Amino acid sequence: MTTATARISRSGHSATKPSKNARSRERALAWARRAPLLPALIFLIIVTQLPFVVTLIISFLNWNSLRPDQTGFAGLSNYVEVLTNADLRQAIFTTIILTVSVVLASLVIGLGLALLLDKKFIGRGLARTLLIAPFLVVPVAAALIWKHALLNPTYGLVNGVLTWIWSLFGSDTPPQPDLLSQAPLMAVIISLVWQWTPFMMLILLAGLQSRPMDTVEAAQMDGATSWAIFRHLTLPHLRQYLELGGLLGAIYIVQNFDAVFTLTSGGLGTANLPYAIYQTFYFANEYGLASAAGVVVVIGTIIVATFALRTVFSLFKKEAAR
Amino acid sequence: MSTLTPAAPQSTTPGPTALNTGSRRRGKSRMDPTRNNTAAGIAAWLLALLFAAPVLWMILTSFHSETDAATNPPSVAANLTLDAYKEFFGASSGVSPWPPLINSATASILSTVLVLVLAIPAAYALSIRPVKKWTDVMFFFLSTKMMPVVAAVLPLFLFAKTAGALDNIWFLILMYTSMNLPIAVWMMRSFLAEVPVEMLEASQIDGASLLLTLRKIIAPVAMPGIAATALICFIFSWNELLLARVLTGVMAGTAPVFLTGFVSSQGLFLAKVCAAAVVISLPVLFAGFAAQDKLVQGLSLGAVK
Repeated sequence: MTTATARISRSGHSATKPSKNARSRERALAWARRAPLLPALIFLIIVTQLPFVVTLIISFLNWNSLRPDQTGFAGLSNYVEVLTNADLRQAIFTTIILTVSVVLASLVIGLGLALLLDKKFIGRGLARTLLIAPFLVVPVAAALIWKHALLNPTYGLVNGVLTWIWSLFGSDTPPQPDLLSQAPLMAVIISLVWQWTPFMMLILLAGLQSRPMDTVEAAQMDGATSWAIFRHLTLPHLRQYLELGGLLGAIYIVQNFDAVFTLTSGGLGTANLPYAIYQTFYFANEYGLASAAGVVVVIGTIIVATFALRTVFSLFKKEAAR
Repeated sequence: MSTLTPAAPQSTTPGPTALNTGSRRRGKSRMDPTRNNTAAGIAAWLLALLFAAPVLWMILTSFHSETDAATNPPSVAANLTLDAYKEFFGASSGVSPWPPLINSATASILSTVLVLVLAIPAAYALSIRPVKKWTDVMFFFLSTKMMPVVAAVLPLFLFAKTAGALDNIWFLILMYTSMNLPIAVWMMRSFLAEVPVEMLEASQIDGASLLLTLRKIIAPVAMPGIAATALICFIFSWNELLLARVLTGVMAGTAPVFLTGFVSSQGLFLAKVCAAAVVISLPVLFAGFAAQDKLVQGLSLGAVK
């Protein structure tokens, strides 16, 4: 019954003058279609959009919770402070370095791994499972392991292995680097690359496996070298997947809090914006300033997200056309 | 690319090629993904072991005694013991990890249930009987996911503080629900879109009720997808740190929050830290391996199958 009316109303031009009755029925039908969607939609608007509006408002206020009597309108001064304060500017810089280097490194390594795993070999399933493992350790736990079990300068695994290798050659003066205090940002980057490479690998592997094999086979029969096939067939096909991986990775890594919080507590120039914002409102109680920094992060994310959305959309259209 | 395409005409040649295709097909199935497979296999295995090494080391260390754990060079072959786990579960330390583990389980499971309750009808309205402008709605959902949590956490903290919802697990559950809802809607839509239209039409012509259609046609196709979505939502909630850190404290603190405080409160006992990391990662490792194939789909918001 309902479908019949739906069909008629959809091709509704047949009735030249829809009666009032028909129109209200059509409206009721449209609402019946919308009804299952509304709870989720309304819930999300309240829980995610409202808080951001509040953040936006607070970002224009002078508000330190320790001095409630001095709260008032601040104009753009919080934003000026975000862009001129040395610590916050450093945080913006750190965020960019961290995001770009982690995304690029994990994309390149992930691509290499995906190409290897695309081939058949003994124990491929198990190798794939091992490779996914870094992604499945709780991020805080992973950061703790990197900090204490791997990078600890006196008994971490990295220096331990160095000692062992050097002792094989009869040397008792192995190099014992202390990455966490000498190059803390590098330590954060390495641990994040380790964690995000499997994600890139999985996306690129999905891309490789959706590749139309007939053209590759045809090219092989024509005697094309593997490099030519990779360069002219595989890479163009993977482009969208590389973009998607890069952009999604960027969106997730810009927001990273766990690794910075656990590995270095934001020390020695490793505080990224999420960590700096957390500190600004949680410890310094500078609500207005933290909010302005939050808005800056959102603006940055919107720029990345616009590209990400476009990529997602093109893949999405491809799927819809299938 | 254009230089490679002229391969096609080959197949139009009759006769000898027809004979050849058989041998070629056999040849290529060995040739294409399999060429160089020993070298690729060895390389892949070496890299896989390198990537898994920290995880394997964490597991091994958790079964060592504290003295064997903190040695340089590492003592790989040291005796195995369950001491670190006994210590972690409070045999002597006095700090029980159970309340945070239970909080994490509560928050993750209940928010996953809530997500499913909200997302399944929404995905239905976006795929099987789509509303007008359903793509716009989809992208609205997605855009909420792209907003950094840190940009909304202060108002949430202030609201929780004024409403007395600070350190309340229910508030955290609502937050986790909103965090995972967009992903769930996107994934679920792609699963529901796989329900064959012909079957839906046939059931309508036969006069099947909505409930019957849901139960007999949609559920069987969508069930594996729903299970995978649930596992992924569970993983995200279990892993979450920032919101839990800001919104909870003593009563409602979750396992990741507990873990961050673990080292400072206990002093550094490497085996115990590893045991704690293993225990807290275990549910995610299980859920993740179970949902392996769908994991990417969840993280890439349903865009990649």
